[in-house]
Amino acid sequence: MSVALTVIYFATGLLFTAAALLAVARIVRGPSILDRVIASDVLLTTLLLVIGAEMVINHHTRTIPLMVVLAATAVFGTIAVARYVSKQDHPAQGEGANPDGPDGADQELDDAAKNVDARDDTIVDDVAEAAVESPEAERAEGK
Amino acid sequence: MTFDDILDLIAAICLLLGAFLSLAAGIGLLRFPDALSRLHAATKPQVLGLLFIVTAVALNARSWSTLLALLPVLLFQVLTAPISAHMVGRAGYRTGNFRRDILIADELEQAVDAATLEAEAAGEDVPDRGVGPSPTV
Repeated sequence: MSVALTVIYFATGLLFTAAALLAVARIVRGPSILDRVIASDVLLTTLLLVIGAEMVINHHTRTIPLMVVLAATAVFGTIAVARYVSKQDHPAQGEGANPDGPDGADQELDDAAKNVDARDDTIVDDVAEAAVESPEAERAEGK
Repeated sequence: MTFDDILDLIAAICLLLGAFLSLAAGIGLLRFPDALSRLHAATKPQVLGLLFIVTAVALNARSWSTLLALLPVLLFQVLTAPISAHMVGRAGYRTGNFRRDILIADELEQAVDAATLEAEAAGEDVPDRGVGPSPTV
């Protein structure tokens, strides 16, 4: 019986490890800031589940408060970033990702350039990075 | 095989299912083509996976008070997951972060077009097609 449990616990650990690594891979590859936000959300959810699984495997309930706090505050990071991306409303919605409309990236770059004076330098860097990578890089990856 | 063994086994199987959903989210993140479909994959472990893990913890502790202490976790997640998914989806649509060629229907586009026409008819200054009525909405 305990051998079966050990095998299941081990398999659980492997699955969680693979899930976290895949989420990290998506954070690294992007290509847009939204993909990274979604992937980091998945990474946080995986962490939440791992904390719960650890309680089961080691037979204790001490980290329940940690789970409560994580579940309650996980949403703020995602909302903050998504809210900021929304302010970049750019006119050619949808066309940037359309293979027939390859001018999407240029459009985004123009928008970013226009905002250089008005915005904090670091933020603009992020925008420019996201704009440069967004639609073309995605297709280049063989999607 | 005692009753305790059975409870332990059920808890372990719940763990395995939760981990499997987590892995499914990871694979979906890597394989799906655009941000909006990745959003779909990401929500799998957020509710059902957490439900499995919470069940496993409560079964393992064999106590109703533990289940009661874990209910806020589930409640917060169920309350906040739709909010963040909505915000990310909205931002994804507005920044064109999706593949139009794999969309089957885009009902929002008709609504945006109708609103643009209405605003133009009313003589308002419409900056560009596709931008919502106000950035603060």
